[in-house]
Amino acid sequence: MTLPAAIKSDFPLLDQQFHGHQLVYLDSANTSQKPQVVIDAMADYYEHTNANVHRGSYELAVRATAALEGARAKVASFINANSDSEVVFTKNATESMNLLARSWAETNLSAGDAVVISEMEHHANIVPWHMLRAQKGIELRWIPVDQSGHLDLSDLDRLLDGAKLLSVTAMSNVLGTLNPIAQLSERAHAAGALMAVDASQYVPHVPTDVQALGADFLVFTGHKMLAPMGIGVLWAKAELLDAMPPFLGGGEMILNVTKDGFTTNEIPWKFEAGTPMVAEAVGLGRAVDYLSELGMDNVRQHEVELTAYALRTLTERHGDKITIHGPTEPAERGGVMSFIYGDVHPHDVAQVLDQSGIAVRAGHHCAKPLMDVLGANATSRASLYVYNDKSDLDKLADALSAVDDIFSF
Amino acid sequence: MIGLEDLYREIILDHYRTPRNRGELETPPAQRVEGFNPLCGDEIIVYLQVDDSGVIDDVAIGGQGCSISQSSASMMSVAIKGRTIEDARKLIVAFKGLMSIHETEIGGDGSEAALGIELEGAAEDMKLGDLEALRGVVKFPIRIKCATLSWNTLAQALDEAAAA
Repeated sequence: MTLPAAIKSDFPLLDQQFHGHQLVYLDSANTSQKPQVVIDAMADYYEHTNANVHRGSYELAVRATAALEGARAKVASFINANSDSEVVFTKNATESMNLLARSWAETNLSAGDAVVISEMEHHANIVPWHMLRAQKGIELRWIPVDQSGHLDLSDLDRLLDGAKLLSVTAMSNVLGTLNPIAQLSERAHAAGALMAVDASQYVPHVPTDVQALGADFLVFTGHKMLAPMGIGVLWAKAELLDAMPPFLGGGEMILNVTKDGFTTNEIPWKFEAGTPMVAEAVGLGRAVDYLSELGMDNVRQHEVELTAYALRTLTERHGDKITIHGPTEPAERGGVMSFIYGDVHPHDVAQVLDQSGIAVRAGHHCAKPLMDVLGANATSRASLYVYNDKSDLDKLADALSAVDDIFSF
Repeated sequence: MIGLEDLYREIILDHYRTPRNRGELETPPAQRVEGFNPLCGDEIIVYLQVDDSGVIDDVAIGGQGCSISQSSASMMSVAIKGRTIEDARKLIVAFKGLMSIHETEIGGDGSEAALGIELEGAAEDMKLGDLEALRGVVKFPIRIKCATLSWNTLAQALDEAAAA
């Protein structure tokens, strides 16, 4: 037992019934549930600390500013950043990726410059590059995904030749595949490109060290790691952030404004125009504390064990009907399991499971190019986190039998 | 409590298992219109062949999707085949009414609004037949878009057929 047995009771939302069944929440790759300590920390902020930050000279405003900057320091330490100033708060990972595209890439890339991504990217790491291609005529190159759900790196040298940026997910939100980010960073740098990492599915589940990953940029979001919706992070090396122009203009991001122009604030505030999401940052800081108290090594081990159990149980119970995408080896993947059940459409599978109180996602998971590779228009997806246990997966396996009862033909 | 039997009625599963009018028609003379549900990736292709007197003399359905979108398309194809464009439009209004969707289109001169009200009144007489089986979808609001995908696609195909 790597995590506390009673951990479910830390999450008040999980203690409710749907259609007469205890909720089994298997959609954490979509968004995670929040422990009581995070909810309390946000309420406490509004009850005792709320004021606008970086402005007031009174004690309350000083405390609010300290709460925001304290959360930043916790996040910086959690991912082993060199400095707090390398942590830019955004709305979510999508905004972080757009900040990277609109500020760094728009400034540094010209027509014909190449950005390399992979076929297993979330739309958040595809569409900003499509937009930049339409705007500036950059070239977009794709690392293929092989039949085992891994990146096919056999042609990487050619793809990286002359490229300015390699931007790849650390863990697929559809396949669960963990990609060799440190190795990819090395290859990108050797080719003269910078390395960006979509770590939305990685930071919540795997001990993360931006130095060891060798990345230049890394984006993730709070709501998938027990924190509230509405706060995300762009981490980048300080020298890169220093050289980047601001993304949004307004208050907070300036040092001085005259009728002739403005001078930008220091990093990270240069990228945080307007009043920031302080309570959400406080919630993220508390979530980081909670995860650190559990121990990220324990979180990862729990999910490897649970993923192994899930793959084994689902295959034993439904082996002739179920197809689970992605790596078969639990150590090579996270707890995200996309599956097809017989020839039943994923929406119908999810609907039947919902009737047993089981929440899974059905659809294309914002990864349509990957769906084309898989030859599927949609999959059902069960995804795990700290509060899931074997009984959740037993209930999933049981409820899948009900799909048979309705759709067997 | 709402049960799955309200959604997955036997006649719906029958149309899902054995879709009617499945296939393609030659274009032209047929109209071909694609409809997508961006949320789930469901896709319906409606082929519509209308004769000189405005009667739908053939229809075919392509695409892929869940049991609700596919069975709705299959039942729709049966319901409109041999009907006039005008009757098909009334059916669309009647079916959307079944799905608790009441639309009034307002044109620049207000004429469309009059047409909408007129259609709504006329649609009350339309017999939905097997389509009544989809009534339970309303209890599962997220699936209403599945049921109406083919009908929205049909509406576009009718507009194109009328303009052709």
